[in-house]
Amino acid sequence: MLLAKLNASGEYRELERKASLIRQHVIRMLMHAGSGHPGGSLSAVDILTALYFRVMRIDPENPQDPDRDRFVLSKGHAAPALYAVLAERGFFPVSWLESLRRLGSPLQGHPDMRKVPGVEMSTGSLGQGLSVGVGMALAAKLRGSGCRVFVLLGDGECQEGQVWEAAMAAGHYRLNNLVAIVDRNRLQIDGETEKVMALEPLAAKWRAFNWSVIEIDGHNFEEIVPALERVGYAQKPTAIIAHTVKGKGVSFMENQVDWHGVAPTKEQGLQALKELGGR
Amino acid sequence: MTKPMATREGYGQALVELGRRNERVVVLDADLSKSTQTVRFAKEFPERFFNAGVAEANLIGMAAGLAASGFIPFASTFAIFATQRAYNQIFQSVAYPGLNVKIGASHGGITVGEDGASHQAIDDLALMRALPGMTVLVPADAHEAYQATLAAAEWEGPVYIRLGRPAVPLITPPDQPFTIGRIQVLREGDDVTLAACGHMVKVALEAAEELERRGYKAAVLNVSTLKPLDQETLLHWASRTGAVVTVEEHSIIGGLGSAVAEVLSEECPVPLIRLGVRDTFGQSGKPQELLHHYGLTADNVVEAAEKIIKRKGGKNGQSDT
Repeated sequence: MLLAKLNASGEYRELERKASLIRQHVIRMLMHAGSGHPGGSLSAVDILTALYFRVMRIDPENPQDPDRDRFVLSKGHAAPALYAVLAERGFFPVSWLESLRRLGSPLQGHPDMRKVPGVEMSTGSLGQGLSVGVGMALAAKLRGSGCRVFVLLGDGECQEGQVWEAAMAAGHYRLNNLVAIVDRNRLQIDGETEKVMALEPLAAKWRAFNWSVIEIDGHNFEEIVPALERVGYAQKPTAIIAHTVKGKGVSFMENQVDWHGVAPTKEQGLQALKELGGR
Repeated sequence: MTKPMATREGYGQALVELGRRNERVVVLDADLSKSTQTVRFAKEFPERFFNAGVAEANLIGMAAGLAASGFIPFASTFAIFATQRAYNQIFQSVAYPGLNVKIGASHGGITVGEDGASHQAIDDLALMRALPGMTVLVPADAHEAYQATLAAAEWEGPVYIRLGRPAVPLITPPDQPFTIGRIQVLREGDDVTLAACGHMVKVALEAAEELERRGYKAAVLNVSTLKPLDQETLLHWASRTGAVVTVEEHSIIGGLGSAVAEVLSEECPVPLIRLGVRDTFGQSGKPQELLHHYGLTADNVVEAAEKIIKRKGGKNGQSDT
């Protein structure tokens, strides 16, 4: 028991190292591109790292396996974080990353499933990913597949009505193979979510739509991993409200709303990389 | 003769046939399954039928997720809700990723009747036509709707099928396979081309008969695939007759008339009259009354045809050597 715990904490330290590497990729990609969304990419890195390096049953060698777990990045503007994770996981060469947002690059500003191996859904227009996740979870049930579907939403995104249409449907169809993760960094483009359009009580909203709800620290793997692995136990879909910090890992970006959609300059980027333990 | 049937009935019957043939076919609806006729499939294959409730955006998203997992979803609701309430969902989650979603949209056009403008889709074809990679079908009768639905299931990629509410006469043979992207020439003629889609094909045929009584020979084209448009057939008849009238139960902005005008103005600029709803909204009324009010009867087509034949300098037949 103790040994298992020690092994797990060793693995979590490995995930932390991986997440730090992913964050460095994100900063470099945005520096190269000269545009993009650092804040919401950095807040989602630990969740994505846990999914792709520990939780999800996926195989980069066989990306079309019908029984693979699915991930939908409903908050498509966090694409740099997803691309970095997919590259590190072996879905495509890491060298692709510097082409982010360039003309002709597979790495579009928002994910395009037709261009990038491992991307399961084209997203970018907020509010749509959970509906797609509901469809994928229904498909898994129909096929009798044990695969699971994970959807990452922004907290501001939960202001879209379609999210609640999808939440209602998932509760109705008792999709216990579906997990919605809300990246609760409390900031959206125009400011604090609670000032722009209050989301609280957010957990109660998901519960009211017949979801099982867990609240976690979205930067602590000891909380992230067990929460993601809890899927399937209840006869309900699972919502994980992951409390995160926008811009996590870079001191001058943390909790700063202005870093939602602005790329770092070269100078800022190098400073950020230094903080993240890069060169 | 068989009695008139709504195109949505042909759709509903075809879905049942598809359900038997292919277990990858699933059907979704948004609380209108009796109206859209998906109820037939729901009864026979309840495990493959999903009701989204009154939630069209989620209807389209769910269909996209099913398609991304290898199923062939037919998502149905009224044309006005499918296209207007879920346009961004169709753009982002269906057309952009090129997913294999079929949208069966009933109650297209003004012949919805008494429910009025809020329920009459007069811009759905324009909206769907503007989406890259979207295939747009407008069957003329229940037989063609049946065949078009079967063809849509075989077609790889998103398809929009526009269906109607009222029973309309059967004018195409029941067993004629539907070829996506091909105009059907229902009548040949040298004086004018009548290009129509949906319920207006029958109207164009009636007009052609009346024109014949008046000494004119009209070609009648059933443009049941609005996109990709069969340019070759259209240009052949436009150049042979030198005059074209389009007839559609849709705004003259963005639908069949626009599609034909785009091709003709670039490739074969002949006189053209577009008959359709003229940049206005529908209203309540009986379908026939509405067609009369908006100028979509056989008489209106005859009048337009005579006018355009005169504009191009008379009938072609007499000047032939």
